[in-house]
Amino acid sequence: MDPKIQTRALDFRYGKVQALKKVTLDIREHQITALIGPSGCGKSTFLRTLNRMNDIIPNTHLEGKVLLDGLNVYEPSVDVVEVRKRVGMVFQQPNPFPKTIFENVAFGPKMLGINHRLRLDEVVERSLRRAALWDEVKDDLGKSGLVLSGGQQQRLCIARVLAVEPEVILMDEPCSALDPLSTLKIEELMRELERSYTIIIVTHNMQQAARVSDWTGFFLLGELVEYNKTGELFSRPKDKRTEDYITGRFG
Amino acid sequence: MIGLSPKLTQKLAWGFVWLAGIIAVLTLVFIIGYVLAKGLSAISPEFLFTEPKGGLSGEGGISSCIVATLWLIIITMAILIPLGIGAAIYLAEYAPDNKFTRLVRYSVELLAGVPSIVFGLFGFAIFVLALHFNYSILAGALTLVCLLLPFLMRSAEEAIRATPQSQREASLALGATKWQTVVHVIMPAAMPGIITGIILCVGGAVAESACLYVTMGGSAGMPSSFLSGGRTLAVHVFYLAMETNALDKALATGAVLIILILIINLSTKWLSQRFQAKMSGET
Repeated sequence: MDPKIQTRALDFRYGKVQALKKVTLDIREHQITALIGPSGCGKSTFLRTLNRMNDIIPNTHLEGKVLLDGLNVYEPSVDVVEVRKRVGMVFQQPNPFPKTIFENVAFGPKMLGINHRLRLDEVVERSLRRAALWDEVKDDLGKSGLVLSGGQQQRLCIARVLAVEPEVILMDEPCSALDPLSTLKIEELMRELERSYTIIIVTHNMQQAARVSDWTGFFLLGELVEYNKTGELFSRPKDKRTEDYITGRFG
Repeated sequence: MIGLSPKLTQKLAWGFVWLAGIIAVLTLVFIIGYVLAKGLSAISPEFLFTEPKGGLSGEGGISSCIVATLWLIIITMAILIPLGIGAAIYLAEYAPDNKFTRLVRYSVELLAGVPSIVFGLFGFAIFVLALHFNYSILAGALTLVCLLLPFLMRSAEEAIRATPQSQREASLALGATKWQTVVHVIMPAAMPGIITGIILCVGGAVAESACLYVTMGGSAGMPSSFLSGGRTLAVHVFYLAMETNALDKALATGAVLIILILIINLSTKWLSQRFQAKMSGET
């Protein structure tokens, strides 16, 4: 099977600061890929190049290619809105809108022009079910999304992404603001979602990467040092730097 | 603060801010109370629904002044609000950070500090004379727009900038366009700050007198359209107080002015809450 996302010699700079150096990486479809590495290694920057979220940061510069099903998303002819519909994103801090639970989930479809109430009802219920949140909130859809707990808010944000029916879901340290129990729920959910979506997760938690992912990439100083099946990378790292990192010698 | 223990400093500071708060509130209550107490007794249906007689007697009511003031506010706001918010959205969300936009921002800050009578002279020269609007409500409204635009732009831009970046990112990442993000995420979040700015502008428009005297004139007759001149309530208060002996009527007009501002502010707040509830999905 062809990779879902391929990056080719991806360079990224914030002003003069080089954040990514010639990153070439293939992401497999319907698998979970974890990106690990110490703070500032470029893993989040890399993630944000995949749905062009870095476009909104002024004074940045990108070279190389990001191919989504073989199509370079940085081609001038490509509509960035279209890319973000296909590649959804969950952020580090749960960031529901100050709107009702229903409106949070219905936001994406509404922006796509779906206004039919029955269809929205259906999309909202399906998305909340898939995010394993429906049973907890089905009677409170009219309440503000902000009254939910942190873990519930993050699942609401996942439901919000699912409502747009993306193909790829990017997760930027989605559990770093959550307690262990909520983290476990999100990890179970990722396993569930893997069947229908391609998931890429940035995490600074190596146990999490080992638990949930099929593939792991190790970033250091903007470079992709090593990329392999998760089991291989953690048990038999090929690069000395990877070994030092996963055995806790630095980072 | 040498020699004072932190605890004592704390107590003194608390005492000071408490006193400052009390004095500020009492002063305001006294002013409003005085005007209302003295003015309300002189308000009658006849006072509200007849025109001022003019001349030095101060006889008559204030109907034409109420109409002129309402006309002025409506026209001013109809031009000011879209312009001010539109420019603020542009500066906060779309404009690149370069020499030109920095110059615009600097000019806006400069203009916000220019005395209103200077704007009045400008309005007199441009709108009244050059554009032949004569002494008219339109000329007054356009002058007020020039006077209030810098302030509204600044407060709206600040409110828009205060929207958390995470909200923008959440919206864009869901495939919303930039404009959809502005309308559905940023504006609802910025609305309370923008409404505060608008309310202060309404207050400023109602309170302004000198710059309107030179653009709307002072004729006390009932304005027939926004192209006729008129006398606002504030100008009428000034006139009654300085040119006649009808101090009671001046205070009554002041009371009407206060009540008018109250009504406008409350309805603006109510409208913005309706907008926010609609945007958040609460009914």
